[in-house]
Amino acid sequence: MSEEFKIEIVNPEKSFLSKEDVTEVVVPAFEGEMGILKDHISIISFLKPGIIKIFSKSGDENYYVEDGILEFKNNNLSVLTSSIFNIKDIDKNKISELLVQAEEHSKNNEITDQNKYLVDQKIEILKTLN
Amino acid sequence: MATLDDLKKRIASVKSTQKITKAMKMVAAAKLRRAQENAEKGRPYSEKMNNIILNLSSVISDKENAPKLLSGTGEEKVHLCIVLTSDRGLCGGFNTNIIKKAKAYFQKISDDGKTLKIITVGSKGYDQLKRAYEDNIIEKVSFKDSKNINYFDAEKIGSMIIENFEKEEFDVCTIFYNKFKNVITQIPQEQQIIPLKTSEADENSSEDNYEFEPDEDEILSNLLPKNISTQIFKAMLENSASEQGSRMSAMDNATRNAGEMVDKLTIEYNRSRQAAITKELIEIISGAESL
Repeated sequence: MSEEFKIEIVNPEKSFLSKEDVTEVVVPAFEGEMGILKDHISIISFLKPGIIKIFSKSGDENYYVEDGILEFKNNNLSVLTSSIFNIKDIDKNKISELLVQAEEHSKNNEITDQNKYLVDQKIEILKTLN
Repeated sequence: MATLDDLKKRIASVKSTQKITKAMKMVAAAKLRRAQENAEKGRPYSEKMNNIILNLSSVISDKENAPKLLSGTGEEKVHLCIVLTSDRGLCGGFNTNIIKKAKAYFQKISDDGKTLKIITVGSKGYDQLKRAYEDNIIEKVSFKDSKNINYFDAEKIGSMIIENFEKEEFDVCTIFYNKFKNVITQIPQEQQIIPLKTSEADENSSEDNYEFEPDEDEILSNLLPKNISTQIFKAMLENSASEQGSRMSAMDNATRNAGEMVDKLTIEYNRSRQAAITKELIEIISGAESL
C-alpha cells in the first residue's frame, strides 16, 4: 500500500502548489508543530508563522508561511495562506525587511497577547532563516 | 447643406474616433483574458475558505456565543455598504448598473428608517454617488496606482471593515459588485458579508467529523476576518473581469456605429460632389446654348 497523499497549497491569487506524491508534511500549527502522515484523522487548524516541510518521493521542499488555515480530509491536505515563500527563492533582503517590520510591530504595546505571540514566533523563525 | 470640405473633415474625424475605439477594444480583449484567468485562479481559495467556514459553523457548539462576525450584533440598525466600481470610464453600463442596484438598496434602507453608511471603492462609484449620498460616504478608496488586482489591497479594505465593526459602527455589511457571466452579460450582485449567511450549507458537509486544534470557536474567530478580505478580493476579481468585458462590448458597439456613420457620410459626400458637377455642367451647357 502506498504511503502517499495529496497536498494543495493555495493563496488568494492562484493555486500555489499541488503534489500527489507526498509522504509526510510538517506544519507549524498554532499549538505547535504537527506532522501529518497518510490516513491522519480529519482536522482543521490554523498556522502560526513558521516553516512547512514537505517530504515527497520527488524531493523535499521547505516553505515559509506567515499565516493560514489547514484542512486535512480523505488524504487531501489543503493549506490556505496569504503569504508563502519557497525558502530556496526567498532572498536575504526580503527576510531582513520582514524582520524589521515584525520587530517594529512587536514593540507596539497595543497588540493583544495572541498577536504578540505570533509576532514573536515570526521574529524567531526569520532569525533562523537569516 | 454642408460644403464638401466640411463633410471631408467630418469623415476624417469619425474615422479617427473609430481607430481609437477599435484600439481600446483590442486592449480590453487582451486585458479581459488576463482578468478572467486571474478570476479563475482565485476561485479555489475562496471556495475552500467557504467550505471550511460552513463545516465549522455547522459544528459550533453554542450559537449564542458565536463570533459576532458570524451571528451579527443582534440588531439591524446601521447598514454599511461597500460599492465596488471601476476607476476608468468608457465601459458601457458597467458602473451605472452597480450604482443602480446599490441605490435601490439604499432607498429600501432609508425607507425602513435605518442608518446608511457607504464606502466606495473605485473613483467612478464615488463620482456617481457623491451628489445624492455625500453625507453617507464615510470613506472612499481607489486603487488607481496598483497595476494589478492584488490581495494586499483587498486586505486593506477588509481590515478597515473589521475595525469599524469592532467599534460597533455598523450591524450589517453588504458589498455590491458585478459578477462576470460572459462578455455581454455582467450581473450586478449584492452580497451580505456581515453577519455571514450560512443558509446554503449542504447536507453532506455536516457528516465529516473534524478534529479542531485549537477549538472551533478560536479557529472561527481567526478565520472570519480573513474571510471578509477573501470575499472582497473575489468581488474585486469578478469586477475587473466584468469591467474589461463590458468595455470590450461597449467599444465593439462604438466601432460599429462609427463605421455606419462613415458610410452614411461618404454617401452624402459623393452625392453633393455629384450635385456640384451637375450644376457646373448645366451652367456650361446653358451658356453655350445662349450663344
